[in-house]
Amino acid sequence: MAEIKVDVSGETCPVPLVETRKALRKAETGDVVEVTGTHPASKKEIPMAVKALGLELIDVEEQDGVWMLRIRK
Amino acid sequence: MDKATIIVHSGDMDKLYSALIIANGALSMGMEASLYFTFWGLERLVKGKLEKGALSAMNMLGLGKWMVKRRMKATNVASLEKLLQDLKELGGKIIACEMTMEIMGIKREDLREDLIDEYGAVGSYIQEARDSSITLFI
Repeated sequence: MAEIKVDVSGETCPVPLVETRKALRKAETGDVVEVTGTHPASKKEIPMAVKALGLELIDVEEQDGVWMLRIRK
Repeated sequence: MDKATIIVHSGDMDKLYSALIIANGALSMGMEASLYFTFWGLERLVKGKLEKGALSAMNMLGLGKWMVKRRMKATNVASLEKLLQDLKELGGKIIACEMTMEIMGIKREDLREDLIDEYGAVGSYIQEARDSSITLFI
């Protein structure tokens, strides 16, 4: 199982959401996609997308305005 | 599956951004998305014309567009081209209005055929819209 890293730091709407979805489409079942970014709304909207897609949000961390989400496909 | 169907009627830059951001958002959140390009919206899919639209209904002789584009660059907003490429990668569908093509004398080879999935009329739109939980006219 691979760990895929997506860095969308400095990107704004809708890029963090779109890049997350693109990575999730390419991932295999069981892979973990780790998304790092700074766009505030995406930190709460990517988890909404994860739920809608029926995937698992492993954890969310934030430090100094940089958040990191880990998603299992 | 849930679907968003959007009529892209305006060729203004601000409205094109709204349509493409919403469609990409829908795809990213697990919905399908279909965009029906008609009138001034379809004109933006003519080769080389994607970025040639007015800023908005409040264009101020082009000055507003220049300022807003500069601010958009500073804010790192994605280009319309990137949003279209993302839309295609995520499985979004683009339908071109054949009546607009006849009225404006646009041939298929004049259009960005790399982006267009179907050429259709009102029936194509209704078929898409009748199964959609989100329908918008932009």
